[in-house]
Amino acid sequence: MLRLAPAMIIALLVLPVGAGLMMVILPAFGYLPALGGHGISLTPWHMLFAQPGLGRSVAVSFASGLVSTAIALMMVVLFLAASRGTWLDRGIRRLVSPLLAVPHAAVAFGFAFLIAPSGLVARLVSPSLTGWERPPDALIVNDPWGVSLMAGLVLKEVPFLLLMSLAALPQLAPEKCLMLARSLGYAPTVAWLKTVLPSLYPLIRLPVYAVIAYATSVVDMAMILGPTLPPTLSVSILSWFNDPDISRRFMASAAAVLQLGVTLAALLSWWLLEQLTRLLARNWLTNGSRQQGEIMLRRVGRSALLMSSTTALAALVGLGLFSVAGFWRFPELLPQMLTLDHWQRSGPMLVTPLLNTALIGLISTTLATALVLATLENEHRQHLQPKRALWLLYLPLLVPQIAFLFGLIVAAESLSIRPQLSLVIAGHLLFVLPYVYLSLAEAYRRLDPRWLQVARSLGVSRHAAFWRVRLPLLLAPLLTAFAVGLAISIGQYLPTQLLGAGRVTTVTTEAVALAAGSNRRLIGVWALMQAVLPLIGFMLALAIPRLLSAQRREFAT
Amino acid sequence: MNACCTERLWLDQIQIALTGRELLAVDATIAPGEVLTVMGPSGSGKSTLLAYIAGFLDPAFTASGGVWLGERDLLNLPAEERGIGLLFQDPLLFPHLSVEGNVCFGLPRRIKNKRQQVTNALEQVGLAGFEERDPATLSGGQKARVALMRLLLSKPQAVLMDEPFSKLDTALRQEMRSLVFSQLRDAGLPALLVTHDHADANAAGGQVIALG
Repeated sequence: MLRLAPAMIIALLVLPVGAGLMMVILPAFGYLPALGGHGISLTPWHMLFAQPGLGRSVAVSFASGLVSTAIALMMVVLFLAASRGTWLDRGIRRLVSPLLAVPHAAVAFGFAFLIAPSGLVARLVSPSLTGWERPPDALIVNDPWGVSLMAGLVLKEVPFLLLMSLAALPQLAPEKCLMLARSLGYAPTVAWLKTVLPSLYPLIRLPVYAVIAYATSVVDMAMILGPTLPPTLSVSILSWFNDPDISRRFMASAAAVLQLGVTLAALLSWWLLEQLTRLLARNWLTNGSRQQGEIMLRRVGRSALLMSSTTALAALVGLGLFSVAGFWRFPELLPQMLTLDHWQRSGPMLVTPLLNTALIGLISTTLATALVLATLENEHRQHLQPKRALWLLYLPLLVPQIAFLFGLIVAAESLSIRPQLSLVIAGHLLFVLPYVYLSLAEAYRRLDPRWLQVARSLGVSRHAAFWRVRLPLLLAPLLTAFAVGLAISIGQYLPTQLLGAGRVTTVTTEAVALAAGSNRRLIGVWALMQAVLPLIGFMLALAIPRLLSAQRREFAT
Repeated sequence: MNACCTERLWLDQIQIALTGRELLAVDATIAPGEVLTVMGPSGSGKSTLLAYIAGFLDPAFTASGGVWLGERDLLNLPAEERGIGLLFQDPLLFPHLSVEGNVCFGLPRRIKNKRQQVTNALEQVGLAGFEERDPATLSGGQKARVALMRLLLSKPQAVLMDEPFSKLDTALRQEMRSLVFSQLRDAGLPALLVTHDHADANAAGGQVIALG
């Protein structure tokens, strides 16, 4: 059984993505017998290119992916370079996983509430600085160039890239490099950039690519923050697929293929940028400049990340404020009255989505964790080197969701599997699995092999040693990986919406559905709910191991 | 304890190589109650020898030669059935179990009076009443003694030690040496000690093989 686990994981990740892509590419060229497409034609593409504003959609998707990733990566790198060992460093490290856990949609809503013309920021500076007595008539959220979308993406990408960097750093022994460089006269931030970064970047490259792929094709955040006329390519695709006019399905498929191309183009551009940076940096690394720019780099490095984290936190506070706001006149910073009305009215409606969210999250994460454990245990027993197949794990993260999920539904329907709860769970598994693997693998491999040797030399079989020694010793990372999996599942919008055919409602689908309306108080309730659920998971993951060890220590008198 | 029924450990012309380069060659017999010391600088493959005997050798190494306990060929047995106890430089007490849990972990499954045996064993090393303690709250010397009793109560047929005293401070080291060696002698167990400390070899009092 155990030996099958790696093959199962790979099949589980590769087959759905492959089948999904296939069933999008075929209709893109007119072939889909179920809908009456029997021949190969370019009609879908002609239809697609005749759509008004297509160029703009593509440009915004492409640019928002590249720009937001570049900004987020620079912020993370400069922060790591400039803040080692400071209070800021310690504080942000504690904040990073909770911030990562908050779903995209919740951050997007909170951010929108901050920057909207009648949002918290405008209230803070009005009327004292601006003289505004009523909200200014400006399109800030949903701006046509996607600036607010990019800013929202940065808020979510920063914690992800930071966490990936923090996980990769220990194996580089950065302290030694730094000590050496500083003894040669390099200022700390410059020293970090010149000695640690060049070996760190290759380790976080795949996560960076995953971020680009995600940002070029994101749907839920783009629906909330992105431009509307025209929207980003991914949002357009969603509306074409859902169009009652069946013939639009062919065009939507062509657009999904175009989305794949846009994402690939963004990845390729990033790769070119990497080469260019390498070329430009080669001289800088060895030119002997030791102090130049230190103060500026340090200032930017510390303030930029502090600002993005504060913004994300303020966004959550904003959600909370709106969810309990009663009457609230414009330039007032705080509501005139607070009320629990919105919560009470939403209460009964929350029950089913909450149950679905919990059910989907728990089942998909449990399955993912079991598969990951089996794979890692097999790798350990067979003394396998892990590297080779790792990029396959990133497959569902590198291929845009919108490009293969529709094809996946078509493929499932041809096997007469209708959209339903179990299909949603299977879909979530696809995205939960890579994250559970990424967050557990390192701790698993690093566990001192002597623990298991001692156990077995005491007469315990491999199997028993796994349950009685390895799992208890890995309890904390295991629970964290589980919480990460839950957070990923809770935040999924597109797989839930599509694979459940809109009939399986979760807090995320319900919250995003409210985006079209403009009831901020109701949005506050749902988005806050969405943000709080993953946090509960993380709090439990932190609390349970501590509770258990405190219980043991009670006897230590 | 069970001096009557222990047997010699025979290392029959063991050779271990890594990517074609020979690391070490050992040929020795260890009588019950005797300690064989293998000395050598780090990187000479001392720990690899222990891994081979105990059944944990990384497949990157190639090894030949036999490991016999009396008439039993150990190489064909999985690690947990070889009856070989291990003592490392860290006590490696399982942090999720109490002191008693740790000792019980090593006890054979179907024996009576488990509790009584644990109590006796702890008393024997001056740790009476420590059953419910969390290992994290013990001192270095106390941990080392619990690890030793966990090993002995698991009724091994032979014992392998990988620098077991190197992390203890000087005074404690003396004490642990005499405790470990006297317990092994009383139990009549053949033992293999790898170390780079000559004082360990002198205290063990058996044959010495130098590697590297």
